[in-house]
Amino acid sequence: MKREIWKGSEAIAEAAIRAGCRCFFGYPITPQNEIPEYMSLHMPQSGGVFVQAESELAAVNMVYGAAASGVRAMTSSSSPGVSLKQEGISYMAACQLPAVVVNVMRGGPGLGSIQPAQGDYFQATRGGGNGDYRTVVLAPANIQEAVDLTQEAFDIADQYRNPVVVLADGLIGQMMEPIVWKERTPRELPEKTWAACGRGDRDHNNFITSLLIDAPACEAHNLELHKKVLEMEKNECRWEEILLDDAELVLVAYGTPSRVAQTAAENLRKQGVKAGVFRPITVWPYPYARLREIAGLDRVRTFLTVEMSLGQMLDDVNLAVGERKPVRFYGRCGGAIPHVSEVEGAALEAWKEVK
Amino acid sequence: MTAVERFPHRLTLVAGHYGTGKTEFSVNLALALAGEGERTALADLDIVNPYFRSREQRELLEAAGVRVVATSQALADADVPALPAELHALLEDRTVRAVLDTGGDPSGARVLRRYRPRILKEDYQLLYVVNAARPEVRTAERSAEVLRAIEAVTGLACTGLVNNTHLCGETEAEDIREGAALAAEVSRLTGIPVVCHTAEARLADRLGDLNPFPLELRMRKPWE
Repeated sequence: MKREIWKGSEAIAEAAIRAGCRCFFGYPITPQNEIPEYMSLHMPQSGGVFVQAESELAAVNMVYGAAASGVRAMTSSSSPGVSLKQEGISYMAACQLPAVVVNVMRGGPGLGSIQPAQGDYFQATRGGGNGDYRTVVLAPANIQEAVDLTQEAFDIADQYRNPVVVLADGLIGQMMEPIVWKERTPRELPEKTWAACGRGDRDHNNFITSLLIDAPACEAHNLELHKKVLEMEKNECRWEEILLDDAELVLVAYGTPSRVAQTAAENLRKQGVKAGVFRPITVWPYPYARLREIAGLDRVRTFLTVEMSLGQMLDDVNLAVGERKPVRFYGRCGGAIPHVSEVEGAALEAWKEVK
Repeated sequence: MTAVERFPHRLTLVAGHYGTGKTEFSVNLALALAGEGERTALADLDIVNPYFRSREQRELLEAAGVRVVATSQALADADVPALPAELHALLEDRTVRAVLDTGGDPSGARVLRRYRPRILKEDYQLLYVVNAARPEVRTAERSAEVLRAIEAVTGLACTGLVNNTHLCGETEAEDIREGAALAAEVSRLTGIPVVCHTAEARLADRLGDLNPFPLELRMRKPWE
């Protein structure tokens, strides 16, 4: 397969088109402007529709409408813009509509900075909109994975009839790396018999709404949605283990900080500390069970969570590890990237406590 | 062959499709010129990209004696489209060799337009960077289209092509040869000569016939 060098944002856009996305609605924001820019050029060439909406809210509601008609649709933004889209995500989850939402995270809160960050972890994994819903959240650590996961995101969305979030940090959006376009085996997916795309020969209208004014009906609906949440938890969890086979110190990181952690682990090994990296690829569902298992191993002494935020995924690491082993934390925020040497230093501190 | 022999003009303007490696090339060229004892400046005129800009190498460049002139210096992490007044000094001071690194595509090269009257009075070359691993410009026709669009928007004629084909740190000699073939084809279509090929030092042995301009990768990622 031919290797090509792609910028993350344009690669995500191309991946979506290759996955059959035919409607893209967005509003510009750094550091993901290359997604709408690429879409504006290539989506029409692919027989699809690109609209630069008047706002993020308009864009996500256009996705809502397109998804309701059964078309593969996507929107993308960066942190403050994704905050504005939360209402639409909640509505789509309520109406069981598949769509893909890409968040290329920058420093926050508020308008924050345009440099890379991971401060939207809580928003993405806990459901930033209202009500009982969850979305699968895919967190790529390199451009190849961003491409592969973006394509699969459309299948996951269609399989569960639920929005899927691709949670990338700013570096994924802006950096360039070699990739290959792999032969993809799409999932077997049910027909979209629910889509509101004309009644045709059906004996009923497909009526899509999130309003269920009678509490018992609304509860029953929630319980139906929850069955899907349990299914997603069961089926979609994934992670990567790097240098973990004999590790005594475990760094936990997702997205590009996992690569900083990996370099730190390699350096720590040269200093005689057996370090490894546990990298969640889905941050919802979170790989609690596997991390708990690792925490239970006698040889594993301590954990260090590394983030480009101030301790958000840390909650999940604590939930998984519990009282089994110490969990320490190192994070930078607001657009600052953790240095390898800083992570190494924090790891050595954690190591001193237990050795 | 020295950098001055390869790039004899006082002003080197670097343009191309985005992602072709203009910044890596510009930083390396500035360091090479300074290394040869030339009074050298690097102007970072990238006002379209928010990350991976040559001004991030300010410390390294200044330590090597390269004067760095960057856009929006007070807001180094922003993408404010403001140009530094100091640039006029570089364009007029004939004792300084300057490398002007622009953003990608015609939209990134557009900044050169406002300096065109001055540039035309100076000894300059406008280099167009070619990278065969970039999907948007992997055909000679498409690459030539971008080149012509950059000429149209800047009002300046490209004087040379640089084959800077790379796959970040994973480049192989064959990739660079593929780029050489692409550059030759772009040259045939446009009549603009290929002035050089670039390669990391580790590949130089296998590319002796191309006499590549040696690159050391400076625009590294945080974990590299």
